[in-house]
Amino acid sequence: MLLDLTDDQRAIEEVFGGFFRRECPIGTVRAAEPLGFDATLWSRLAELGAPAMGLPESAGGGGALLADLAVVADAVGRSIAPVPFVEHAAAGRLLACFGAAAADVATGDAVASLAVRPAPPAAAAWPLVPAGAVATVVVGLVGDDLVALRGDGPGVAPKNHAAMPLADRATAGATVLASGAEARAAFAHALAEWQTLTAASLTGIARTALEIAIQYVNERHQFDRPIGAFQALQQQLADLPIAIDGAFLLASKAAWAGDSCIPGVIDVGLCDVTDFETLASMAFLFASDAAALATDRSLHVHGGYGYAEEYDIQLYYRRARGWALVAGDPSKACLQLSDRLFGPAEA
Amino acid sequence: MDFALTSEAEQYRDEIRAIVHATITPEIIDRQHTTGTFNSPELNRVLSEHGLLERAVPGLGKGDTVELWMLFHELEKAGAPVDGLGMALMIAGVVAHVGNDHQKATVLPDLLTGDVLVSLGYSEPDSGSDVAAAATRAVRDGDEWVINGTKMWTTMAHEAKWILLLTRTNLDVPKHKGLTMFILPMDTPGITFDAVHTMGTERTNATFYDDVRIGDEWRIGDVDGGWKVMGVALAFERGVMGGTGVGIPLLSHFHEWAAHEVGADGGRLIADPVVRERMARVAIDNEVAMLLTLRAAYIAATGALPGLEGSMAKIFATEAYQKAAKWFAHAAAPASLLQFHQPGAAADGWLEYDLRHSPVTTIYGGTSEINRNNVAERHLGLPKAR
Repeated sequence: MLLDLTDDQRAIEEVFGGFFRRECPIGTVRAAEPLGFDATLWSRLAELGAPAMGLPESAGGGGALLADLAVVADAVGRSIAPVPFVEHAAAGRLLACFGAAAADVATGDAVASLAVRPAPPAAAAWPLVPAGAVATVVVGLVGDDLVALRGDGPGVAPKNHAAMPLADRATAGATVLASGAEARAAFAHALAEWQTLTAASLTGIARTALEIAIQYVNERHQFDRPIGAFQALQQQLADLPIAIDGAFLLASKAAWAGDSCIPGVIDVGLCDVTDFETLASMAFLFASDAAALATDRSLHVHGGYGYAEEYDIQLYYRRARGWALVAGDPSKACLQLSDRLFGPAEA
Repeated sequence: MDFALTSEAEQYRDEIRAIVHATITPEIIDRQHTTGTFNSPELNRVLSEHGLLERAVPGLGKGDTVELWMLFHELEKAGAPVDGLGMALMIAGVVAHVGNDHQKATVLPDLLTGDVLVSLGYSEPDSGSDVAAAATRAVRDGDEWVINGTKMWTTMAHEAKWILLLTRTNLDVPKHKGLTMFILPMDTPGITFDAVHTMGTERTNATFYDDVRIGDEWRIGDVDGGWKVMGVALAFERGVMGGTGVGIPLLSHFHEWAAHEVGADGGRLIADPVVRERMARVAIDNEVAMLLTLRAAYIAATGALPGLEGSMAKIFATEAYQKAAKWFAHAAAPASLLQFHQPGAAADGWLEYDLRHSPVTTIYGGTSEINRNNVAERHLGLPKAR
């Protein structure tokens, strides 16, 4: 048992955390709105090898663990960096399973993304694909087929809450990678990787939201003292490290399960869950709530300023919601999780 | 990160599970609700005979706090009464850490038999959260100490052999610096008690100390060093030793009942999407409560005192438990109003019990507010607000 990052992961954290602190100050985030993609930042990130990191060595990648990628995803969230690292990592690994990760995916010249919400059979498009506006390769389910679509994205996104590079992507002309059970299993695994990495990013958002709050309540004075000295605020902020640490531990456990080669178990009665896809779903749902809570409390302690565009917390507040809700209704995700944990409703 | 248990830890866990399976009967679980004493000497004895208690106490045997966590985690999941054992092992850990040779020879082996209970004398009628304001006086008289005062919430005191007592020994220094801790036999002349019955059926006591005379060998830690001893005890108490796994049997009880219960619409309750969403959310919370607790135990295993991490685990787990108790009581209403042994009671009365028991969990062992102060000051570095 090891409940700390490994030395390797600490090194990854230093490299990528440092990169985003240096290369992605909040002005970069603002400048990338409304599209939510900074091509220069992405190519600098590619110079560090990030797009290839999670690909297997056979596909020209670094063979990184999901747990390693989660460390990078956390750093992306902390800086709310306008780069589709998570989508690219999940989609690239899925493509590589079928020998379909082309060289330009490894270099990052082509952005890959995952259509996280499957399209019904014969649907003309996947709606609101994350990173769909900038992705050259989109992989996802259409009915019972796992397909990969190649073609430039529109490069513009409908104006949206979190300034995400969303776009509807037509499914016509896509290449079938797999069908039936094989397709569903491969997609489910990739979706779980996306959920795990997004959970890590949302945890990163929550971390910075808390830092911003602490800084503000120490600086802002009312009634002749820093507002951070008031218990009413302290009690609200004290919830945040608990939610953050819980989200971090659960996302880390999901990543560990994803990297383990042993089959997982699901025993709710014994609170013994080591099944990867189950843990990924739990981690995603919990981190979504943690990021929503942290940004909400942080915005609130700013008073009116938190609501002002000029202050940074609103940027985090919107992404905390957008990065999670792009996957659909969390209540429905809970029902799917319930099927896994307790068996199907009508069994 | 690596969440896998070592094969040694798995073996330890399986041994605990086997003992619980063989020892804990429905009668034992039921008994705690009629006697108000949440303890099973039968279970404690068998655990002790197998050497599992000594092995788990910090500072003794193997002293691996992850195993200590595992012991209580397994017992809680099985619904076994753990309060008596939790206090005994916590104080065993305190004696092992800061006790003198006399206490290590008398109190410690006693607590490790599993047969003997200990009570915690911290709170008083006028001091609870402000525990350092304890007014019970201990005054030196030659080689002896004379103790006078009253303690509240001294659970198990009416059956306990030992009591840990926080006393005031110095009035001329700031309150935290004038406290001294003692551990003494409950049958020392001058100690009496009154029962305090609670909404959750648990019986506790008020205890009274009238010119109680004891030798200096019963002092634990330094004179005026009682606050430090408190810190050791609280670090073990919060999180690691039970109390954060309570949502797990609650979910199981509800799940088993809802699987067969037919709702007003003719469908099984467990097929109701509102119920299913809540069950999933409770399962997530249970997982997070477990991970936060495990982390506290993991930090303790490195030799550090996980006071802060324990506070975080306790706040999260107990508030999640209250939320779950409310949700399930709503989903099963009105059958969730019926108590144990009443025909038609939802989950055999467990939902009603959890609704009644859960309020105390954010109070005892340090209120949520005190624990949040701890997090705000020590983790977030915010100014002391009291």
